Amino acid sequence: MLKYDLVVIGGGPAGMAAALKARECGVQKIIILERAATLGGILEQCIHTGFGLHYFGEELSGPEYAYRFIKELEKTDIEVKVDTMVTDILPGNVIVATNNKDGVMQIHTTAIILAMGCRERPRGALDMPGSRASGIMTAGTAQKYVNIDGYMPGKKIVILGSGDIGLIMARRMTLEGAKVEMVCELMPYSGGLTRNIVQCLDDMGIPLKLSCTVIKTHGIERLEGVTIANVDERRRPIPGTEQYVECDTLLLSVGLIPENELTRMAGIIIDPVTNGAIVDEYRQTSRPGIFACGNVLQVHDLVDYVTEESQIAGEGAAKYILSKGKSKSRNGKDIHVKAENGVRYVVPQNINRSTDKDVKIYFRVADVYKDKRVVVTCGDEVLYNKKKKKLAPGEMENVTIKLDDIAKLSSNEITVKLEA
Amino acid sequence: MIKEMICVSCPIGCMMTVELNDKNEVLSVKGNTCKRGEQYAIDECTNPVRMLTTTIKVSGGTLPVVPVKTSKPIPKGKMFDCMQVINNEVVDAPVKMGDVLICNVCDTGVDIIATNEV
Repeated sequence: MLKYDLVVIGGGPAGMAAALKARECGVQKIIILERAATLGGILEQCIHTGFGLHYFGEELSGPEYAYRFIKELEKTDIEVKVDTMVTDILPGNVIVATNNKDGVMQIHTTAIILAMGCRERPRGALDMPGSRASGIMTAGTAQKYVNIDGYMPGKKIVILGSGDIGLIMARRMTLEGAKVEMVCELMPYSGGLTRNIVQCLDDMGIPLKLSCTVIKTHGIERLEGVTIANVDERRRPIPGTEQYVECDTLLLSVGLIPENELTRMAGIIIDPVTNGAIVDEYRQTSRPGIFACGNVLQVHDLVDYVTEESQIAGEGAAKYILSKGKSKSRNGKDIHVKAENGVRYVVPQNINRSTDKDVKIYFRVADVYKDKRVVVTCGDEVLYNKKKKKLAPGEMENVTIKLDDIAKLSSNEITVKLEA
Repeated sequence: MIKEMICVSCPIGCMMTVELNDKNEVLSVKGNTCKRGEQYAIDECTNPVRMLTTTIKVSGGTLPVVPVKTSKPIPKGKMFDCMQVINNEVVDAPVKMGDVLICNVCDTGVDIIATNEV
């Protein structure tokens, strides 16, 4: 029987940081299970720089960021199985996994860290009429074709969605000689980071069309063009605004979905807004001993924040393992963190009143706001109140609640909201 | 002259207001939240530079290309010239992290270095 103290599912930035932190905190037998052939996750194809500014204080590319963690792992006796797919999490924290070499394995473990990341919303998730012509793919797929496999998937490109991967690919394809006609964004604002709009679109002279979407694709064997249209405030195409744009490739950058199939199979409660597990301040899910971190928990903008969150989960898992599951009394004393008035969601959603540290609450806002106050309250008491010049859904925010304040909260609910 | 710009030194993206005189010299920078922001504003008004990241063809490696970056930011206007030089290059495997694959690309004084192993 395979027996471990900690199994980490996923060997991307989240899984690697969580495993390393758990080891640092004294956990002995750790294994990382990774579906792909190498560690590093999506960072391997993110060859642009901008990673690590917060965590390392240096501007690294994706592979360089991953490399630092891979090298750290190599210095430890943390085991890694690549090309290995986890297919189920059974009651009693038993993991079912499979690969070509070992066949089907059952792994017994004290704790589990879910670090499976996220995947892109595919074409099938959009109601877009047109044939299944080649040349329609997600921006991340194109990124893999160009940066890993070394070939260009098209010459004349339209990008739907202004998520960061779409913006990054707009620049990448332009640098490699393609003509990126435009980036269409359904919303009246971009979902990407400001720096990416400046560096990827403005620098390259690529127009960003807001409140605009693709309503039809043309071409049978290969994509020949798309029809775009402006949308009204309810995101419905406005008749008469249709325009035909010739292109051979349509890249989709229309959102990311945390990959929580295993989480659901394990019966863990999912937050309908984040599409990730509901967690406490140590990223423990509703199932004791199972933790979640990184993009499987909430889609992050920056890998630096993934690392930070994963270290919290790694520390939490270590506390759980080393105290043999008795680290927390969860006798309904949890403090519930609520998102309200312009705040779309918060992570963590719960805080243990008996926690042992300050708690950073991450959140996203629902719209673009200027000169608003971020306010955290518990009943009438104000725990945090700070003015922000700009808030946008594309940029994750955070507030820290002090340990002293948590211990003496007057009720079991705190609210994060925006005020004028 | 007053110039509005968004700092791209890091993902925070501060809105900055830069005051310039007739000679295009920076008089003041406001709205930045760190020193890098001020430097970015000055550079952006006098000599805009960017990090260039791309791939170079590899012969005999585990993968057909290796990702690379410029060792320092290069002038914005030289990006496509550098791309041309880089795209004409083929390097032999094995390539190690940090290997200098092209020296002084397009006389910028900047090297092209590998950012992964192939």
